[in-house]
Amino acid sequence: MSQANPIINVSAIFKRELTGYFGSPVAYVFIVIFLLLAGFFTFSISHFFEMGQADLRSFFQWHPWIFLFLVPSVAMRLWAEERRLGTLELLLTLPVTLTQVILGKFLAAWIFLGISLLLTFPLIITTTYLGNPDLGAIFCGYFGSFLMAGAYLSIGIMTSSLTRSQVISFILAVVICLFFILAGFTPITHVLSGWAPLWMTEIVSQLSFLTHFASIERGVLDFRDILYFVSVIFFMLYANAVVLENRRTS
Amino acid sequence: MIEVRSLTKYFGTQKAVDEISFVVEKGEILGFLGPNAAGKSTTMRMITGFIPPSGGTAVIGGSDITTDSLSARQKIGYLPENAPAYPDMTVYSFLDFCAQIRGFAGIDRKSKIEETIERCFLTTVRHQTINTLSKGYKQRVCFAQSIIHDPEYLILDEPTDGLDPNQKHEVRLMIRNMAAEKVIILSTHILDEMDAVCTRAIVIADGRIVADQTPDDLRKKSSVHGAVTLAIAGGETQSIIACLKSVPGVKSVEILSSNDGNTRVRVFPENKEQSIAESLLAELIQKQYMVQSTFVEQGHLDEVFRMITTESAIEKDIPLKKAQLSDRLRALPELRSQQSQKSEEI
Repeated sequence: MSQANPIINVSAIFKRELTGYFGSPVAYVFIVIFLLLAGFFTFSISHFFEMGQADLRSFFQWHPWIFLFLVPSVAMRLWAEERRLGTLELLLTLPVTLTQVILGKFLAAWIFLGISLLLTFPLIITTTYLGNPDLGAIFCGYFGSFLMAGAYLSIGIMTSSLTRSQVISFILAVVICLFFILAGFTPITHVLSGWAPLWMTEIVSQLSFLTHFASIERGVLDFRDILYFVSVIFFMLYANAVVLENRRTS
Repeated sequence: MIEVRSLTKYFGTQKAVDEISFVVEKGEILGFLGPNAAGKSTTMRMITGFIPPSGGTAVIGGSDITTDSLSARQKIGYLPENAPAYPDMTVYSFLDFCAQIRGFAGIDRKSKIEETIERCFLTTVRHQTINTLSKGYKQRVCFAQSIIHDPEYLILDEPTDGLDPNQKHEVRLMIRNMAAEKVIILSTHILDEMDAVCTRAIVIADGRIVADQTPDDLRKKSSVHGAVTLAIAGGETQSIIACLKSVPGVKSVEILSSNDGNTRVRVFPENKEQSIAESLLAELIQKQYMVQSTFVEQGHLDEVFRMITTESAIEKDIPLKKAQLSDRLRALPELRSQQSQKSEEI
């Protein structure tokens, strides 16, 4: 028996998860709904064509809201399903560490979201055909959107480990994600700035996905914004490990 | 060698496993026996590292499961209860996944998977997804997963649960064939199974070990062990009994049935280890009774099982009742003094 390599373990779990998505209808339903919603918001609500601008701002600005419901629906089953099927016992008695399992699962789901995001490529083609867009800004938008999806996902995977029920996991994830959005949502920050000192309004809005996504979406790739999303992901995945460890003990 | 050292598990305040210790050597097949909720699965889950123990530890081939979990888990093959497997995967891809995690690569991995598929009779379903399989096949798929890396230590939680008699036979054969070079622990609540497969039986009840013996020794505890059951045609029941009781070494005679002049009796000896069958037969033939059949009882495992598992439950209750009683006794003088106070008031 050869010593198992951590990279091999992560990649084995990653491959198993990713093929799992495409082996079930979940993936296709998700992709279709995501594309429909993205299209609906971009064309019907934001009037992409009527705006007459060769950029994808009207597309990206809806992502925080679309992800709010769709990403938790992908994440909710990650641990809850393993618990329900009893495969968690199988997985955790195999010679893999908890970190490897969490990374494998997270990366697979993240890549899946990335694939869904890439499938919106006809929009880039349309914009390039109609005008002369800033491709750097578009790339930036996709990159930011992908990072943000990872942050949503890490919240969802954490709440999934809290409960055996997928419904509870979904609702918890939506509520937490909603908090992360609303903290920077203009109507909320207006209310807050009415009575709270400026520094406090600033701190609260800095916690938000919206604040950090806004600048990336405009095409400004700031290191601090990247750091923000990466640290949210890291924190949530760490919390996930702690939760799983504790739930095993009890 | 698997060494279990005073494993203990609390669920909240409930004690599920209470300081279980035992050692299993290579070549042994240890049967873990007990009523439902006795702590069998919890103990196995602790040995395999799925749940951390509240106290004590298990050492698997020199690796402590609490401190060196990863290398201990590498040595174990584990079949969890209800044989979980990913329902959307095919048999082949599931085993491929497990082989990857077990550290096999390339041609080595392919040959391991092929070998295991053949060993577990899965050739016909290799490309089927697991959710389309029957319970028996699912059980074998999960079993295949546990032996794919040819582990030295095999832990099986109810390996034949849900299988038909033929499949049970096959799985038991497989287990016995592997036994020589492995340490095997299996849990079951089927007594015949333990009898057919195991070289040693540990009975647990309420989280404690109540017996640790070979199945044969366990059977000797049965009240009917060594008794002789006789079927006799013709003759008066009363005179038959009198005749049997006159044989030296006979403790008592029990009538099992008597109708149409056919009598079935069970004769209990004074000493279980001494056979009384011969002298009984000699006596009966001498008195010219027609003996139709003779059978020396080996003992019933289910009776022993019931006896030792319920005994432990009663033992557990006794101190409780004693405590209640002593509480009441202690309260008595107080009651008396209260009464006397009342009478004084009057």
